[in-house]
Amino acid sequence: MQTFPCPFCGPRDETEFHFAVEADHPRPENTPSDVEWAAYLYTVDAPQGPAREIWLHIPCGEYFVMSRNTRTRDVTGSEALR
Amino acid sequence: MSGWRHPDLGTEIDRSKPLTAKVDWTKIHGFHGDTLASALLASGPRTIARSFKYHRPRGLYGMGAEEPNALFDITRDGTTIPNERATLTPLTDGLKARAVNASPTAERDRARWLDLLHRAIPAGFYYKTFMAGGWHLYEPRIRAMAGLGRLDPNTNPPADTPARSATCDLLVIGAGPAGLAAAKAAAEQERAVWLIEDGTSLGGALRWRGGEIDGADWTDFARATETAILNSDGRILTNTTAWGAFDHSLIAAWQRGPDHDVHWRIRPADTILATGAVERPLWPAQNDLPGVMSAEAAHHYLTLYGAVAGRRILIATGSDASYATAAAFAATGAKVTLADARDATPAAPDGVRVLSRQTLRAVHGKTETWGATLNDQFHSADAVLVSGGFTPSVHLHCQSGGKLDWNAEKDALVPRPGTSHMKVIGAANGTFGLGPALAEGATAAGGLAPDTPDGTNWRWHPARPDIDASGRIWIDLQNDVTLKDVKLAAREGFTSVEHLKRYTTLGMATDQGRTSNFPGLAAMADATRRSIPETGTTTFRPPVRPVPLSVIAGRRRGDLFNPLKRLPLEDAHRAQGAVFREYGGWLRPSAYGKDEAAAIQAEAEAARDTVAIYDASPLGKLDIIGPGAPALLDFAFYNRLSTLKPGRARYAFLLRESGIVFDDGVVLRPSENRFIVSASSSHVDAVRLLLEDPRQGRFDPSQVAIHDVTQAWTTLTVTGPRAPELLAAVGIDVDLPHMGVAETTWGDAPLRIARISFTGDRSYELSVPLRQGPTLHTRLDVALGAVDGRWIGLEAVMILRAEKGYIVIGKDTDGLTMPHDLGWGGPRDTREDEYLGKSSLFTEAAMAADRRQLVGLSTTNVVSTGAHLVPLDGPRRSLGFVTSSYQSPNLRRPIALALLEGGAAMQGAEIGVFHNGAVQRARVTKACAFDPEGERL
Repeated sequence: MQTFPCPFCGPRDETEFHFAVEADHPRPENTPSDVEWAAYLYTVDAPQGPAREIWLHIPCGEYFVMSRNTRTRDVTGSEALR
Repeated sequence: MSGWRHPDLGTEIDRSKPLTAKVDWTKIHGFHGDTLASALLASGPRTIARSFKYHRPRGLYGMGAEEPNALFDITRDGTTIPNERATLTPLTDGLKARAVNASPTAERDRARWLDLLHRAIPAGFYYKTFMAGGWHLYEPRIRAMAGLGRLDPNTNPPADTPARSATCDLLVIGAGPAGLAAAKAAAEQERAVWLIEDGTSLGGALRWRGGEIDGADWTDFARATETAILNSDGRILTNTTAWGAFDHSLIAAWQRGPDHDVHWRIRPADTILATGAVERPLWPAQNDLPGVMSAEAAHHYLTLYGAVAGRRILIATGSDASYATAAAFAATGAKVTLADARDATPAAPDGVRVLSRQTLRAVHGKTETWGATLNDQFHSADAVLVSGGFTPSVHLHCQSGGKLDWNAEKDALVPRPGTSHMKVIGAANGTFGLGPALAEGATAAGGLAPDTPDGTNWRWHPARPDIDASGRIWIDLQNDVTLKDVKLAAREGFTSVEHLKRYTTLGMATDQGRTSNFPGLAAMADATRRSIPETGTTTFRPPVRPVPLSVIAGRRRGDLFNPLKRLPLEDAHRAQGAVFREYGGWLRPSAYGKDEAAAIQAEAEAARDTVAIYDASPLGKLDIIGPGAPALLDFAFYNRLSTLKPGRARYAFLLRESGIVFDDGVVLRPSENRFIVSASSSHVDAVRLLLEDPRQGRFDPSQVAIHDVTQAWTTLTVTGPRAPELLAAVGIDVDLPHMGVAETTWGDAPLRIARISFTGDRSYELSVPLRQGPTLHTRLDVALGAVDGRWIGLEAVMILRAEKGYIVIGKDTDGLTMPHDLGWGGPRDTREDEYLGKSSLFTEAAMAADRRQLVGLSTTNVVSTGAHLVPLDGPRRSLGFVTSSYQSPNLRRPIALALLEGGAAMQGAEIGVFHNGAVQRARVTKACAFDPEGERL
C-alpha cells in the first residue's frame, strides 16, 4: 500500500485517495468537435515513468496535483490546485 | 521406530509439563515447548505424511516454513485449521492432527498403490490425458485424490485478529546473529528499532549451534540487544512472520499470540533483512524416504527438544559446518558417520567416522531408511542427514523489486545491492558463519563488529542434481516433482524457469520452493547446457509463508464487512413492527407488519386514501453556501438553478461529462445564497465530490462552500390528501405552495418544511435537527390515529413513485441513459451556457432516434423486473427491458416502467415481454399512470 501526501492533511494511506484525472488536459468548451470532445473524455496518456495527476483526498474532499513516477511509484511532489 | 528422546537434552522443553496429542488417531507424548514436529520425531513413527501425487510415504525433512512433507489438519479447541506445518505448530494438550493427502492414516493410506503407476503419470499427464469430453468429467475424482487438507464446514475461525499500524526508524526482520548485531548497533544509536522474529525466541541458529560473542555466551549478547531495543523506544515481536513487502516500504507481519493473533502493518524508515538461509538437500535416488532429513534441522531438533533423528546416523555433506552437527550427534551415543564430498576434510570430531570424497548415490528402504550407497559402497544407517549447501531467503527483497545476482564463490543467488529499499545481511546475503554475519549486521547499522572466536568455514562443495543419475530423484518433495519431470520439461521445450514451474508445478507448493527452486533451476540449467544466471529465477510473491485469510481479513467480517448506516429512529420504527432491509447502504424500514407483502399493499393504499409518514432521513442534504453558489450549480446541474426563486425548490439532474444521468433530486433554495441539494440517499458522498470538482477546479472556492449535513437532520415525510390536517394537529403551519420551502421553528427547534413530492400526493418533508427527531416522531405518531393514517416503509414508497412514473437512478436508468431519454430534453434545447456533460448530449449517438427511452407498460400480470422487451413478430431481439414492476393497489392493475428503444414514439403500441422462455403482451403507455394532471400535488 502506498502513502500519498495530501497537501492539506500530510501523508496518508493510499486507500484514502481516488485518482481523478491526468493533469494538464483542459476541458474543451464552446461546442468542441466530436473528435476533440471524445479525446477529452476517453484519451489518456498513461505514461510509464513521471506523471502529473489530479487526485482526490476523500476525507478532506480536496483535489490536488500529485507528481509521481508510475514505474517506481516514487512520489515527487504534491500541490494544491491553486 | 527410529527417532528417540534424549534423556537430558532440550533447551526449549519443560519436562515437568508433559502433553498428549493425537496424530491420525494415535496418541503421542511430548512436553511443553515442543512443536508437533519435534514431538513426532521423538516419538518414533517415520511415515507421518503422504506425498501429494504418488502417495509415497514421507517423514519429517526440515524445521520451519521449508518443511515440504509434514502437513496436517490441526484441531485445537474445536477449531480446525487445514494444512498447518508440523514444524510451525506448537504442541498443545489435546491437539488433534490428521495427515493431509492420506486416508485413513498416513501409514495405511488407501491410495498408496498410485506409486506403482509412477511411470505412467509423469508431469503433464493430467493436461494431456483428461481432455476427451472435458476436464469437468474427471475433476471431482482427481480432486478427491489429490489434495491437501480438508476444510471443516463446522469450523468458523474466530474473527478476532486486530489490524494494527506502526512506524519505526528501523525494522530488522530476523533475529539471528546478523539481525541481532544490526538491531543492537542501531538501538545503541537511540534509533527506535523493531525486531521481528519468526521463531519463538531470539538467536536464530545460535539457539542450537551456540556460540561466544564479546567474550561471553551468545545469550548475554541477545539479552543486551533486547535491553538496548527496549531502552530506545523499540519493540521486539517473536512468533511473528513478516509475510509481505508492499509499496512504499510497507511490511505486513503476522504475530501469533497465545490468546489471539495480530496483523501488523509496519512502515519503517529503513529496513534490514536478516532472514537467514534454508539448507539444500542432496539428490541421491529415493531421496524422499522417511529418515532423510536436513542436517541442520536434525541438529536443531536435537539441541532444542532432545529429539534425536536416529541411532545409526549418516551425514552427507560438503562443508565444515556439518562437523558440529556430527559432534552433537556423537555426544548422544549415536553411531555417526560423516561422508564429506571434499578431498581435504577437517579433523574428525570425537566418536565420528569421517570419509572423504564421498558422493551419496542412493538411499535404501521402503517406508523407512535402512541404509545408503556412498560412491559404490553400502552403508547401514537409520537416518541420513543431508547438507547440499544453503539457499539465502531473499523473498522480501525480491517482493519489493530487488534483483539477484549469481555468486559462484558463495554458490548462491544473492541480493543485488540497491535494487530494493532493504539492506540484506547475514546468511540471507550469502554471508555465512558467526563472525562474518555479526560483522555485516553491525556494519549495516553503523556499529562496530562484535568479537567472536568462532572461525568455522561455511564454504561448501557445490552440489547439484546429477541429470544422468539413475533411480527416482525428487526435486520438489511437496508437489512430487522428480528429476525426470524436469528433464521431460526440458525435452518438451519448457526451458524457461517460469514454464518449468507451471508445467511441472515445481516450486508452486505452499513451501514456496524453498528446498526445490534451486535444484530445479540447476537441473534445468544442466539439461539445457546453460549457466544458472542464464536460466534465471522465478518471481517471489507474497505471502512468504501461508497466512490464514482470517488474519488478513481481521475483523472485517459479518456485520463489520461493510457496515450499514443506521437511522437514529431505528428503535422507534422497530417498536412499531418495522421490517428492516438495506437500501443503498442504509438500513431502512421496508414495511410495518409481519406479513410484509400484505403490509406493502395496504400502506401504498393508505397513503393515497388518508395520510402516511415515512422516514426520509437518508435523503441527501448538501448545503451549498455563498455568493458563488448559483454559478457553481448552474455549471454542475443540467437544469438551470440560478433562476430558482428563494423559498422555492426545483427538480434537477446531475450528469457526468459523458452526458449520462448520474443523479436526480430536488434542489431547494431557502435563501439567496444558500441551496440544499437533496441527492439520492445512496449517492450523497459521490454527489458531494462531483460538486467539489468544479468548485475547486473551475470556480473560486472562497466564494462557495459545500457542506454535507445529511446525517445531522431527521427528515420525516408526511404524504397524502389529509397531510395538512395531520400537520395542523401537531402545530405545524403549512401555508406553502407546491415546490415551496420554508425555514421556521417548531417549539424551540429549527424546522425546515419542503412541499415536494416523491409519491404524487401532497407531501411535506419535515426536517429537524437529530435531537428533535424522537419528539417529532412521537407527536406525529400520536396525531396519526385521528386522521386514519399510518407509517409506511420504502416498498410502499416505491409503488407510489412508480405509479407516478418517478424514476430511481440506477434502477430506471442505466449507464447509457441521458436526460432526454427520460423526457427531459428542455435544458438541452434551450441552454446556451456551459454545464457538465453538455457536449456529450449532442453527439450522433446522443441524438439517435432508437435510444432506449423511459415508458410505462400496461400488462395483465405483474411482469418481472429485468425481463427483456421483444418485437411481437419478426426476428426476436432485445428492444430494452423492464426496470420497475409492481401491483398497484390504487389502480388495481399491474404497472411497470421500462427502457425501450424509440419508446417515446411508440405510445399505444403492443410489445412482447420475454421472461423464462414465454412472451407476454404489453401495451406501451406514458410513464405516469396515476393522476397525470398532477391535481393531487
